[in-house]
Amino acid sequence: MSWISKTFTSSIGRKIIMALTGLFLCSFLVVHLIGNLQLFKHDQGAAFNVYSHFMGTNPIIRTIEWGLVLGFGFHIYEALMLTRRNKAARGAQGYVSNHSEQNSEWTSRNMGILGTIILIFLIVHLYNFFWRARFAGNLPKMGGADPLTSDYDNLYMAVVSSFHIWWYVLLYVAAQISLGYHLWHGFRSGFQTLGLNHRKYTPAIKYVGYTFAVVVSAAFAAMPLYFFLFTDAQGELATNAPALLHSVAAAF
Amino acid sequence: MAGSNPNAKPMNLTLNVWRQPNRQAQGKIVEYHVKDISPDMSFLEMLDVLNEDLLHAGQDPVAFDHDCREGICGSCDLFINGRSHGPEKGTTTCQLHMRKFSDGDTITIEPWRANAFPVNKDLSVDRSAFDRIIQAGGYVSVNTGGAPDGNEIPIPKEISDRAFEAATCIGCGACVAACKNASAMLFVSAKVSQLALLPQGNVERKTRVENMVAQMDKEGFGACTNIGSCAAECPVGISLENIAILNREFLAAKATSNNLA
Amino acid sequence: MLLDSKIPEGPLAEKWEKHKFNVKLVNPANKRKYDVIVVGTGLAGGAAAASLAELGYNVKAFTYHDSPRRAHSIAAQGGINAAKNYQNDGDSVFRLFYDTIKGGDYRAREANVYRLAQVSVNIIDQCVAQGVPFAREYGGLLANRSFGGAQVSRTFYARGQTGQQLLLGAYSALSRQIAYGKVKMYTRSEMLDVVIVDGQARGIVTRNLITGEIETHAAHAVVLATGGYGNVFYLSTNAKYCNVTAAWRAHKKGAFFANPCFTQIHPTCIPVSGDYQSKLTLMSESLRNDGRVWVPKTVEMAERVRKGQIKPQDIAEDDRDYFLERKYPAFGNLVPRDVASRNAKMMCDEGRGVGSTGLAVYLDFSEIIKRTGADAVSQKYGNLFAMYEKITDEDPYQMPMRIYPAVHYTMGGLWVDYNLQTSVPGLYATGECNFSDHGANRLGASALMQGLADGYFVIPYTIGDYLAQTPPKPVDTNHPAFAESKAYVQARTEQLLSIKGTRTPTQFHKALGHIMWEYCGMARTAEGLKHAKGEIQKLRKEFWQDLKITGTGEELNQALENAGRVADFLELGELMVDDALNRNESCGGHFREEYQTPEGEALRDDENYAYVAAWEYQGDNQPEKLNKEELTFENVKLTQRSYK
Repeated sequence: MSWISKTFTSSIGRKIIMALTGLFLCSFLVVHLIGNLQLFKHDQGAAFNVYSHFMGTNPIIRTIEWGLVLGFGFHIYEALMLTRRNKAARGAQGYVSNHSEQNSEWTSRNMGILGTIILIFLIVHLYNFFWRARFAGNLPKMGGADPLTSDYDNLYMAVVSSFHIWWYVLLYVAAQISLGYHLWHGFRSGFQTLGLNHRKYTPAIKYVGYTFAVVVSAAFAAMPLYFFLFTDAQGELATNAPALLHSVAAAF
Repeated sequence: MAGSNPNAKPMNLTLNVWRQPNRQAQGKIVEYHVKDISPDMSFLEMLDVLNEDLLHAGQDPVAFDHDCREGICGSCDLFINGRSHGPEKGTTTCQLHMRKFSDGDTITIEPWRANAFPVNKDLSVDRSAFDRIIQAGGYVSVNTGGAPDGNEIPIPKEISDRAFEAATCIGCGACVAACKNASAMLFVSAKVSQLALLPQGNVERKTRVENMVAQMDKEGFGACTNIGSCAAECPVGISLENIAILNREFLAAKATSNNLA
Repeated sequence: MLLDSKIPEGPLAEKWEKHKFNVKLVNPANKRKYDVIVVGTGLAGGAAAASLAELGYNVKAFTYHDSPRRAHSIAAQGGINAAKNYQNDGDSVFRLFYDTIKGGDYRAREANVYRLAQVSVNIIDQCVAQGVPFAREYGGLLANRSFGGAQVSRTFYARGQTGQQLLLGAYSALSRQIAYGKVKMYTRSEMLDVVIVDGQARGIVTRNLITGEIETHAAHAVVLATGGYGNVFYLSTNAKYCNVTAAWRAHKKGAFFANPCFTQIHPTCIPVSGDYQSKLTLMSESLRNDGRVWVPKTVEMAERVRKGQIKPQDIAEDDRDYFLERKYPAFGNLVPRDVASRNAKMMCDEGRGVGSTGLAVYLDFSEIIKRTGADAVSQKYGNLFAMYEKITDEDPYQMPMRIYPAVHYTMGGLWVDYNLQTSVPGLYATGECNFSDHGANRLGASALMQGLADGYFVIPYTIGDYLAQTPPKPVDTNHPAFAESKAYVQARTEQLLSIKGTRTPTQFHKALGHIMWEYCGMARTAEGLKHAKGEIQKLRKEFWQDLKITGTGEELNQALENAGRVADFLELGELMVDDALNRNESCGGHFREEYQTPEGEALRDDENYAYVAAWEYQGDNQPEKLNKEELTFENVKLTQRSYK
């Protein structure tokens, strides 16, 4: 099937894989974000733990999980291949004076750096939560009266304790800023690469992309900041937290 | 001076120019000074002044490509102060005028940089890779004679206009020079979309895009990462939309053509 | 020598059809045994190379550019004529023929011009099939506009970039043949000599502009499509590299040079702004469709404008002189180029010119902008207006353009017969390089037409007639003629490098240009021409004693290239002066002040000068020999041109 491999190792083919995997990972971000919003629920993490248990055990999710692994894998692999190709294309002798900032956005030119920061974050993140929950088996259990959920992992407490470590919070916030910039370019770029371009819709896609980038990264960044700044070691709202947060919590 | 600005003062400038004797040799930046440059001069006329000075001093003039000096032949190709064709938008080097600079400025002038564009000498580069991409399929295969009457193929004005916009590419290579990835996608896409939009190009639509992209890759150009420097620096305003069309054409051709190789 | 133009017998309208039937054919299997060299890859050369390769000949194509797509055909703005009569306004092949003969002031060959008009319709079809995006109407059909010197709308166009689009079409056809291996393309190769073997053109000598290597190339026939020599004036609308070298070397090897003094001065160019100026920029003639040409009515008013005391847009209607509309009510601003240019010069000579130099007239768009809006005007002329603003820093939407005539095109060129063969068997000349179709003045939008007609539709037939009579055995490059030509080219290169004087090629070129413009430009006198002849001879002598260039012949050396071209211009210039001096009449672009009507129009002398002056080279610094080809007009009546 040489035409397939030729297609996807060509310059445009590799870009198409980048775009497809990138947009797929965007959809993952949406699911992940919605699930993680359970963290803000004032139930000592019950809903969050049920959700994470479901995600860790449901056979359909477990299958899709492999797709996610492939998605990340290809996205990273193609990024490396493209970077190598593009560096070679530019040649050994660079410009003495180059003012690319006058003709393009910084984000667009630095997707590799942004992606690398996200990758470092991802490794730490996966080790801390995913590895410990799935393979290490050393997380505390939920306990409690409900026999159905009492031996679920209490991932909530793992989150709360992690988010009280300053450097950990810093890493998370930095990673989310990178993610925001990565999406700022990546979202619309994905559509452009797939040729999904139309004079009527492309401007809309651009602004949806910008909104997506800001909302997703801000929402994820809000989680470590919330726990670090406003909760105690148990994840309960600290008494010195702003009144607004107390009233929101009371409403739920 | 018949220019509108008769009071504009002549300028003295410092030029940092890339000098390289031939393709194999090492190059370096050399500093020159030019005096009494009129603001009404074109950038190339300013370089003419430098070259006349150099000749009189018994030194080798700076080699650079140019010809029509009207912004249409695509010969001129300088990277001026870190920008393809210099600081003015939508302008080739030959149409860039010295009134865009100020007395005492230092101007850095380099050749296009890309592996596929080796330096011939000084500021002149070899852009024959572009020709080979066109040879791979940038045409409609009609022999002379036997064409139907021109009005037998009606084409909506809007489509014809869009094809024209793409067809105005002058093949200068500013897109490659400006691109971080030295990608030739804007150049290739301009020709692909011109012929994809027109009914005349429909017959060879799939093979054209497959072959042109293959040649583009073979020449060693980079892959587009949608940065947009190319379109921003294009002197004739070829739009990024063309790259989306190229991607779409490529994907559709690969998915549906009968070409198994 | 008797000049046989080989015009076929029979009625005008049937000549070409009959000739196509009568020419000998090379059978398809034999075509691949013939090699043809095409020098120049603009419209004429690119079209010829592609078409000949399609037929099966092995073509070697040469250009001094880095790519065939850069030829100066690309800069043609306005359009291309064709007798399609799509507009139902009374156009026909005969009318296009008639307009071209009349526009050329009856100094072109009837049969050639008629053929040109005939094949013009095929050109449009061919270009559309190639994917050339001509302007279209909303209904999807091709659009036309009218152009200087014509009262019908027969000009096809692609905004202000028609030349570019047509050249890219020819380039694409050429590229296809390069990919097939039928054309071997030599870029950055400058032709420096023709090789003549036993009286027939059998090859060329080139210099590789990157390595400096002198190479010889053999073929069964050589086609020159190397453009015009307008750069003899230094300042012209031609591209910087345009030169006469290929044609001149052919001339020195026996090809006659016809009507060299017939040069076209284009009326609508951006005026000169300083002595550093390297070239002049044309503003398309199509602008005269909507722009109105005027100068202030009085010298006093013009004086105030020149001093910047009053702005042109503030001058009242009554104080403006729309001189073309006034003098030529029938054609108005659309009179042929020579008439428009000469009138602009007259206005400036009277002291009514504008701009700080006084060497400019206004081309005003305020009325059309008022009538149709700035958007509609931008649709039509946007790129031209933008170019004007870039160069002059003035906005033509706000104030009238300043324009002045500039050298644009050369009607003269290598003499060719009906088959486009020069006086050297096997050596052909096409496009602007030959003299054939435009007489003493070319109409707007006819250069593209002629280049493509020659390349696509004439040379493929006529060259076959010659090749069919040539044995198909390979040309032997061991013939001493090749070594001789190569040695000549090498010696000349060495000579240029060894002078080591004090003046640069550009200095000599500017000096020559000044002489030519002053004495052999828009208006000429016997006295001035005689003076110019002496000046040119003096300058040429100085050139060979005092030239200064650096570097060697074995590298990319642009000063050396330039020096070689200037050396040839210095010889051509003298021949132009001789030709202008010989022609004791005024016709088209050739205006001898001694010969004018009481109204100041060109006064022809059909009795004594209805001939083509074909000059024959007689050796270095020897007067050239004049050969005449009498022009006979059987289908049009010679009249004093009138555009009133």
